[in-house]
Amino acid sequence: MTGTGKPVSIALANCAKTFADGTRALEPLDLAIHAGETVVFLGPSGCGKTTTLRIIAGLEEPDAGGKVLFDGVDVTHLPIEQRNVGMVFQSYALFPNMTVAGNVGYGLRIRKVPDAQVKARVSEMLAMMQITRLADRRIDQLSGGQRQRVALARAIAVRPRALLLDEPLTALDAKLRDTLRLDIDSLLRSLGITAIYVTHDQAEAMALGDRIVVMEHGRVAQIGKPREIYQRPATRFVADFIGTMNRLTGTARDGVFRCKAGAVAWPEAPATATEILFRPEDIRVAGSGEAASLQGTVASAFFLGDRTRLFVDVGEERPLVIESTARRDFQHGEAVGLAIDPRGLLVL
Amino acid sequence: MKRRGLFFLQLGFTLFVCAFLIVPMILSIMAGLTVNYFVGIESGLTLRWVMEVWNGYRDTIFLSIGLALACLAATLVLGIPAAYVLAKRQNALTRAIEELLVMPVAVPGLATALALIVTYGSLSGFRTSWAFILVGHVLFTLPFMVRSVLAVLMAIDLKTLEEGAASLGAGFWERFRDIVLPNCRQGILAGSLMVVTLSMGEFNMTWLLHTPFTKTLPVGLADAYASLRLEIGSAYTLVFFIMIVPLLLAMQAFAKPRPAKFVAEETE
Repeated sequence: MTGTGKPVSIALANCAKTFADGTRALEPLDLAIHAGETVVFLGPSGCGKTTTLRIIAGLEEPDAGGKVLFDGVDVTHLPIEQRNVGMVFQSYALFPNMTVAGNVGYGLRIRKVPDAQVKARVSEMLAMMQITRLADRRIDQLSGGQRQRVALARAIAVRPRALLLDEPLTALDAKLRDTLRLDIDSLLRSLGITAIYVTHDQAEAMALGDRIVVMEHGRVAQIGKPREIYQRPATRFVADFIGTMNRLTGTARDGVFRCKAGAVAWPEAPATATEILFRPEDIRVAGSGEAASLQGTVASAFFLGDRTRLFVDVGEERPLVIESTARRDFQHGEAVGLAIDPRGLLVL
Repeated sequence: MKRRGLFFLQLGFTLFVCAFLIVPMILSIMAGLTVNYFVGIESGLTLRWVMEVWNGYRDTIFLSIGLALACLAATLVLGIPAAYVLAKRQNALTRAIEELLVMPVAVPGLATALALIVTYGSLSGFRTSWAFILVGHVLFTLPFMVRSVLAVLMAIDLKTLEEGAASLGAGFWERFRDIVLPNCRQGILAGSLMVVTLSMGEFNMTWLLHTPFTKTLPVGLADAYASLRLEIGSAYTLVFFIMIVPLLLAMQAFAKPRPAKFVAEETE
């Protein structure tokens, strides 16, 4: 293993954060992160995800009564420089007064590692991040993607006990984000390090997280594996924040949910259901001669190459979103029959 | 035709500026090198006046250099930490302090000097030492150091840079040494340039604060103009130029800024 020391488990106990101006950034939070796990904090801006990360890093202290434990040891009052965590910032925080190699080796020089070892470790890190040829460049001679790699190399060089990443890809354009996301994913897997990744991008969260912590207004809305969060959202907020969710309003009786556009057979439908939710992939345009449970009209159709995204008006507040792979040219205003897979239905 | 008109307008403006900026300078230098100013350059060139200045006012030159360096040291020690704190803690109090620091620049130097004499003039050992002038110079030049360092600190994302260094294990002093100081180098150099030149040329305050034994170069210059031949005064100006110009050039060379540039993503 080229990477790090022994991965650490991290626990937060009753960690709240109130800022000096009285704003409550984080409600009391309990959280256990296993050693070697990648946990993603996901949520809109102001949800408390970055504050939580900064408490774990040691850049903020929780309100009195809160505790941060690394492998069971209380580190609540230990400043960041004594926690041995690697951190990657949204703005990278690379030192403009040092070269790429100088940046990557800085943490080792602070630890008084002998020069020869610093040099060896720096070359190893640069090679791992595929930026060896940038070693002597100044920071202002690097592109955004290159800066990102330097920031990662610098954070990992000191063999941290945990790697903390604060929206590391937000400043980059979409295509580069995809490439770097792959790189970060294979990096985290190969290092086996405990990693905490903060983002507001649900696609990033789904791709990278062993577990996702969805946050809203300083509270945890749901913790779970990406699949659980997507398929079994705990709250309406989570359902809306992750992926696309369709809604139908109506009433349930005798295993059938009735709405304006028709009736959906759902044997397990709870009698109190007034709204059902489902993902775009659980509904499709019914073929000719096939029984359709709903009738609607096409409001918009976007041809995306591999599929067509349909917005179908069914008399609800918002049109249904349907991903159709049919080789069909949908027309605006066209009447379509829709079939729903009852296994994908949810009530919240 | 239009471009030609513009050219002559620019030429005219340049000559106008030269008439007030460069010509008097050259004439003054020449006056210091002529045998007799009233006769003119025909009377011949000489270094006699320069030598007389050197013999009569050598001490003022050394005192001015010493004062400027001491003033630089004091403003570095006081100004950089002050700018650092002002940059780190942006609130009503620090903004008020920032404004108050500029007061000695806005208030006439004579008033500041008078206040110093009223308050500390009776401490005779202090009153007669060059440290008394130094206090005045530091009061006057400190805002220039603080402001130029502060401007650079505000332009870089100091907080995140320090957090980055801290995450790599650097404690406060290590961060200050490795991150804060090198990254405000431009501001420190620019500030130093201001402080040294202002201290060298300061007359207002120094004229009141000085004693016959603590005469600085500008005060000596006033003496020379007032009581001696115009040639000697002019030669004095020449000596001042000889001292200050190389200093300015050296500091400018140090403070050369690096151009930032855009770097495109490379496709591999």
